[in-house]
Amino acid sequence: MSIFAFRRRKFLVWLGAVAALVAGSAYSQDVLKIGVLGVMSGPAASWGLVNKYCAQTSAQLYNEQGGFEIGGKKYKIEIVPIDDKNDPKLAVSGAERLTKQEGIHYIIGPNVDTTAASVQPVAEAGGAIYFPYAFQQALYTPPHGNAVLGMIASYQAGPIIYKYLMDKKGVKSVSFVARNESDPLNQRDQGVQAAKKLGLEIKSSNDTYEPGTTDFFPVMSRVVSNNGDLIVLSGVAPADAPLLIKSARELGYQGILATETAQDIKILNEVAGNAADGFICVGGASTPEIRSDYMEKFVDRYKKVAGEWNDEAGTKVYALEIILATLQKVGPDAINNVELFKKEIPDFSMKNPFLKEDKPLKYVGAAYFSQPRQIGVPMVVNQVKDGKFETLFIGSVE
Amino acid sequence: MEQMLVNGVVLAVNYALIALGITLIFSIMNILNFAHGQMFMIGGFVVYYLYGIYHLNYFLSLVAVVAVLGVIGYLFETCFFRRMRKVATREENSMLLAVGTALLLENLALSIFGEKQRGVPPVVTGVYRFGSAFLPANRLLVMLLALVLIIGLLLFVQYTRMGRAMRALAQDREVTHLMGVNVNRVAAFGFAIGAALAGLAGGLLITVFGVNSGVGNFYSIKAFIMIMIGGAGVVPGAILGAIVLGFAEAIGYELLPGSVTYLLILIGLIIFLLLRPQGLLGKPWG
Repeated sequence: MSIFAFRRRKFLVWLGAVAALVAGSAYSQDVLKIGVLGVMSGPAASWGLVNKYCAQTSAQLYNEQGGFEIGGKKYKIEIVPIDDKNDPKLAVSGAERLTKQEGIHYIIGPNVDTTAASVQPVAEAGGAIYFPYAFQQALYTPPHGNAVLGMIASYQAGPIIYKYLMDKKGVKSVSFVARNESDPLNQRDQGVQAAKKLGLEIKSSNDTYEPGTTDFFPVMSRVVSNNGDLIVLSGVAPADAPLLIKSARELGYQGILATETAQDIKILNEVAGNAADGFICVGGASTPEIRSDYMEKFVDRYKKVAGEWNDEAGTKVYALEIILATLQKVGPDAINNVELFKKEIPDFSMKNPFLKEDKPLKYVGAAYFSQPRQIGVPMVVNQVKDGKFETLFIGSVE
Repeated sequence: MEQMLVNGVVLAVNYALIALGITLIFSIMNILNFAHGQMFMIGGFVVYYLYGIYHLNYFLSLVAVVAVLGVIGYLFETCFFRRMRKVATREENSMLLAVGTALLLENLALSIFGEKQRGVPPVVTGVYRFGSAFLPANRLLVMLLALVLIIGLLLFVQYTRMGRAMRALAQDREVTHLMGVNVNRVAAFGFAIGAALAGLAGGLLITVFGVNSGVGNFYSIKAFIMIMIGGAGVVPGAILGAIVLGFAEAIGYELLPGSVTYLLILIGLIIFLLLRPQGLLGKPWG
């Protein structure tokens, strides 16, 4: 082979590569990046990972249809996840990376008060809206306006659940037990206030356990001995709930156990077994009897993304969906300008795509934060019965 | 009061099993195995899959735990720590390596086993009542099995040839080597037993507490507290540390609000270490 033939072949290869590159860029799709910032490792990993898996699942479903349409153009949805390890310092650096390096204006997370509060100045300076799963009211109250609560807060669910139990089950007294961390302790204090307002007798509210505790027998011995009609597991993590329930039942407790947070039925069944029967908790669009076809499709895909379904995801499917639908309504300019997005929030409404019933999905929370800064996730209250979640009632927050 | 005593005994025995493995490794190799809690976690997951998912006999699952964790411990010693001992000039290097192995195992577990809490059905069901105290049958079984393992380990270390070699190695590495003992073999075996003990504790306690990928650090920290109380590298010290911590928790949770209990335990630990840094049974010279 002559040197000229070799060069010609090399030139043709280069030419082909350049042509492919040009063609590729001509047809390349616009990308809409969404950040997910939350705890994805350590004992609380499930909180952030469920956020990530939900966002990735929705993104996959849209991308398979060619992307999500905003202003007549289809955008490929790209999820950028960052693990903050429940550490405020890492949450700040993660938020800086998302807003400054990645140019992202919409972030799902973080998961707890401390990390959500630390992200606030970064999000406000970087022109980003974030959707925390933290309940501290100051995050959502003016002059702050860039945070949107992603789920039902314990101080919203608690009073409704207690009232239901007073009316339907004759509950008259309550004990609280919480993890010794800021979020669960705040939720306990708010729960105690709500219970007092309703006229419930508070049997005890000082019992706490250290993060990472696995043997709850000692702490529950004390709680059970107070013999309240109801024991509230304030802000309980999915890993702790079944162990607390099991300990209470093994100590002979016959009353009702409840929490205002979302739990997973498989974890409850595996760890607590029959002891979980009667346990009351919050769900989203998780029980089969209320799911729409779209939610069923979502659940199937979620199983492929995460390996298995997690009922916690029933409360976390909403964030990406409502971000995209709001952007669609406002138009492409809002992708880089969150002020346009914020203007749309009070009037925005869509059909809840995850529920069988025709219910609206909108931004709520004005009664709590003086402005609508909460996703109107339906308050689905579930009870464990024969190893399955059964929907007790569906409430809502305005 | 009765419940408090029952809780204290159960906690102390469970903690002793956890602390023994880490003490064994520390005494033989002078390495604080930060991955001890992660090895506990892997033991729990082995039982979860074999007994919980594939319905293998529980006791055979525990045998599998010994095999799996024994191999992991052996590989850790031969592949990582042995080389580190040869090339490193500072003790901190092995400590950093130990932290690295803990992070490695935790992240591997998160990728392989997922983020969820896992649990298995109890091996035996029912609840015993002693006066006003409750004791679930499964906790009693776990406690008895843990006791058998602890006694077995103490007898092994005291009366077998390998056990004597391990004790000699713990006292003086160079002299043990000069006495013709294959030091590398004994160290690898000791690390394997320490890892297997951590795994066995995980395999036993998953039937009571369940397990998740992030649980390791919690158990490592508890084990460190126990060996600080009892004396690092002293086997009876680990047991004593477990008894002190188990009863401190049980009494504290019964008589005080939960948050105060651990605050007092940690303040007490600081004061204790200022007065007796070598622990209850440790020697002042190390």
